[in-house]
Amino acid sequence: MTTETVKKQRWKLNLRDRFQDMPKPARIAAMVVFVVLLYLLPTKAFYENLGFPIPMGSGYLPLYTTGSDMAGVLFQCGYYILLALGLNVVLGYAGLLDLGFFGFFAVGAYTVALLTSPESKLITEYNWLESPWPWLLTVPIAIALAMLSGVLLGWPTLRLRGDYLAIVTLGFAEIIRIVAKNQDWILNGDRGIPSVGHPPGTWPDGEPIFELEFTPYYWLVLTVIIGVIFLIRNLANSRVGRAWVAIREDEDAAELMGVPTFKFKLWAFAIGAAIGGLSGSLWAGQANFVNSATFSLENSILVLAAVLLGGAGSIGGAILGGFLVIYLPEWLRSVGDVFGWPTQVQVGNIHIDVSPTSLRFVIFGALLIVVMIYRPQGLWPNRRRAAELKDRQKEVAPVE
Amino acid sequence: MSERKALLEVDNVTLRFGGVVALNQVDFTLYEGEILGLIGPNGAGKTTCFNAMTGVYLPTEGQIRFKGEQVSGKKRNQITKMGMARTFQNIRLFPEMTALENVLVGTDAHNTTSVPTALLRLPKHWREERQSKARALELLSFVGITGRSDDLARNLSYGDQRRLEIARALATNPSLLCLDEPAAGFNPAEKVALLELIKKIRDSGVTVLLIEHDMRLVMGVTDRIVVLEFGRKIAEGTPEEVRDNPKVVAAYLGVPDAA
Amino acid sequence: MNFDDLIQGFPDLTTTGLAQGSIYALVALGYTLVYGVLRLINFAHSEVFMFGTFAALWTWGLMGYDSNSARPDLGTALLLVLVSLVVASLFSGGVAMVVEAVAYRPLRKRNAPPLVFLISAIGASFVLAELMGAFTERRQQGIPGLLPGEPLFSAGGWTVYPLQLATVVVALAVMFALDWFVSKTRFGRGIRAVAQDADTAALMGVNKGRVIALVFLLGGLLAGVAAVFYSMKQGNTRFNVGFLMGLKAFSAAVLGGIGNLRGALVGGLLLGLVESYGAALFGSNWTNVIAFVVLLVLLMFRPTGLLGESLGRARA
Ligand SMILES: Nc1ncnc2c1ncn2[C@@H]1O[C@H](COP(=O)(O)OP(=O)(O)O)[C@@H](O)[C@H]1O
Ligand SMILES: [Mg+2]
Repeated sequence: MTTETVKKQRWKLNLRDRFQDMPKPARIAAMVVFVVLLYLLPTKAFYENLGFPIPMGSGYLPLYTTGSDMAGVLFQCGYYILLALGLNVVLGYAGLLDLGFFGFFAVGAYTVALLTSPESKLITEYNWLESPWPWLLTVPIAIALAMLSGVLLGWPTLRLRGDYLAIVTLGFAEIIRIVAKNQDWILNGDRGIPSVGHPPGTWPDGEPIFELEFTPYYWLVLTVIIGVIFLIRNLANSRVGRAWVAIREDEDAAELMGVPTFKFKLWAFAIGAAIGGLSGSLWAGQANFVNSATFSLENSILVLAAVLLGGAGSIGGAILGGFLVIYLPEWLRSVGDVFGWPTQVQVGNIHIDVSPTSLRFVIFGALLIVVMIYRPQGLWPNRRRAAELKDRQKEVAPVE
Repeated sequence: MSERKALLEVDNVTLRFGGVVALNQVDFTLYEGEILGLIGPNGAGKTTCFNAMTGVYLPTEGQIRFKGEQVSGKKRNQITKMGMARTFQNIRLFPEMTALENVLVGTDAHNTTSVPTALLRLPKHWREERQSKARALELLSFVGITGRSDDLARNLSYGDQRRLEIARALATNPSLLCLDEPAAGFNPAEKVALLELIKKIRDSGVTVLLIEHDMRLVMGVTDRIVVLEFGRKIAEGTPEEVRDNPKVVAAYLGVPDAA
Repeated sequence: MNFDDLIQGFPDLTTTGLAQGSIYALVALGYTLVYGVLRLINFAHSEVFMFGTFAALWTWGLMGYDSNSARPDLGTALLLVLVSLVVASLFSGGVAMVVEAVAYRPLRKRNAPPLVFLISAIGASFVLAELMGAFTERRQQGIPGLLPGEPLFSAGGWTVYPLQLATVVVALAVMFALDWFVSKTRFGRGIRAVAQDADTAALMGVNKGRVIALVFLLGGLLAGVAAVFYSMKQGNTRFNVGFLMGLKAFSAAVLGGIGNLRGALVGGLLLGLVESYGAALFGSNWTNVIAFVVLLVLLMFRPTGLLGESLGRARA
């Protein structure tokens, strides 16, 4: 390792330390300012001024997404961040590789859709419901059902070895998707469920807040994320969090020290699933339409990439990762527009879609490999992994 | 001595791994308040005996009773809660947790905070955190690693790691502490300090079962000794009796067993 | 449940099951070989298989046969199959070796923990599938009919098609060849040595890196063979066909005892039969669910499989 990289690492760590060393009121003030900026982010006057000058083309490279509505991208980032936070509990804290995580998102979304849509078969065919329920009432039900499915999936599988658990959860989610796609009984297969309900609330002029405009949805998801972060931190800094990390570090030793490992692994699954379900219900509240195509395998892997890219076991990492997997391809597309990157290339008579948003699965699949090889602790590792990095440098230093 | 209360009864336990008989009708009793040494050459079955006691393996035959209750078939964490705690021959701390957190995992064995309580930060959570933390710090200084409580376990020196394992085991509030070669890799001075610590633990009211294959080491500290060889108990008695037992001498000198 | 279908169709269901099962067995061998030496589930193996189906498709395309062509005569058909077997195996074998070199070898050098390997493998699997998806516009591609469509043999409600016979015969032949290779040749001894105890094998002068590359190559070759027969049976392929095949072949490997070569054969055939009978019993919509249920039940009650784990100990 060169001294230069060591210096760079040290600088990064110092930044973190420096923030930690600030007096508490200053830290809180900085956080408040930051959060306010986050709420302002979808405001055009604000984000249009974010960017940097470049020596060619239009002369200015924006940081917002020119190809699609910035608020829409931010909302999407939001529910992916929630998903990443949920998977981070399962994978990052408890060390369980759950590859079917997006399934819980589906459970949440379908629950909301079935209960809030006037065209839901629960109303039109089975008469289980008189009329559609309000969105807000269905969210707790969606969370509860997602949790329940987490427990049902975890109960038989959590006794398995790590790699088997990965395959079984992956297979489970895919089988559920196939079943949802092929049956007409209630989820309506590919045709799906339209007219899903929206969150409540009206502007002073009587117009509903949650309609087509993305910004309010972004505010909503941002608020939910902040709440979820507090709750997860409560868990992480408690007996529960310690049990999770102990299980991740050495499951046998943990059990021999009195940790009820199965119970806490099941809890990790349930908590992760609940957050996944919450994310799904927020998404459904905006999407208007839910069908089986949304819940493809690719999305599960994207969430996995988000958690690992950011840094497993770190809340900041999950947020960064969830943001990057959505924002980065969108932004690259804007950059591509500036530099004239084609959306398609033709090879023989085959048209290959090369827009960054279509290639994002390839990009993030490849990034998974690269990150695992070169930076397995992720971009924003948790305090401990960062410390480990520091130690390794110390260990390496004298050899130079 | 005979009127002392039996804490742990290992009753004719046999344990096989495929063809290997790791324990062969091993039979001994541990009384409250004593320090019992479990000695024998490498591969004699000492660690396997611990594993059978703590629920890692199920004995093929025989019974293990702790405080009069059958142990086999119970979950490992339940056995720990009943009051049996152990350390490992190859240190098995939680390397990415701090020293304090390692000990806290031990104290958590008797805490009952679960997800709802922690999520809502109910008073029970705070109470248990406060009590556990105080107890954990106390234990860290009891075993002699004050001032390093916020260091990651993996960064502690070898000796401190061994001591931290003892602190973590003590944190589960055991009536029986099982130490698997706690002095392995120690220099003579460290060994002496460790023996003092073990006596201190016993004096605090904890019964100790000590595995060690260095016989001289156990002589000074144990009340009684059980000797294993090839999975069999070949001797039992006070340190003096065991030391003078020809079978034990033979086992330790590598002379083929006459019996 | 439909017992009549099961009883009446029993001979045919058995043939179908055996043919499908031999394909599973071929792919399962890839999982088992890699697991045997690396103790690692090669997640990307499903994509190695998927690339084989496209290699076959393109080979036939280059030779002038696509899904619109008329069926060729038997001689031409056999030639086409033979060429595609060679090309697809080499292609899949090459892809498998690339996966090993890119996604696994650097991690092995870094002595990474198992979870990291698994994630890297998932990344590789994903990249391969998505690349093929981008390249084929995510469309399903038709496979030409090659072998004669008339039954080879039909008597008393039992019908055997040429493709079924060819599948079983070739699969068995390939597996016997593998068995011989692993148990009798010097390379095979190296594989078994690494499977038994990698460190000791290295001390004894076995080149571990080369053995691992060889194992990936072998798995890829077998997956290529499977891909050819799968394509002809299915009549089409798509960038995501690897997923279900991977899940099923992995189930087959676990069923027989992962790491055990003969176990993969037994597991594959058994899974094929169970699926075939199950489809008759519960309806073909449930075919894909059956394999998964088998896997789940198995992992819960006998995770070491029917013949037990270990490539080292199993003599073949
Ligand atoms: N999990 C296991 N599987 C097979 N054999 C084992 C296992 N654990 C221990 N053994 C065998 O049991 C015997 C006793 O081992 P152990 O209890 O570790 O000895 P000690 O702690 O006295 O040195 C040894 O022969 C060892 O190889
Ligand atoms: Mg031992």
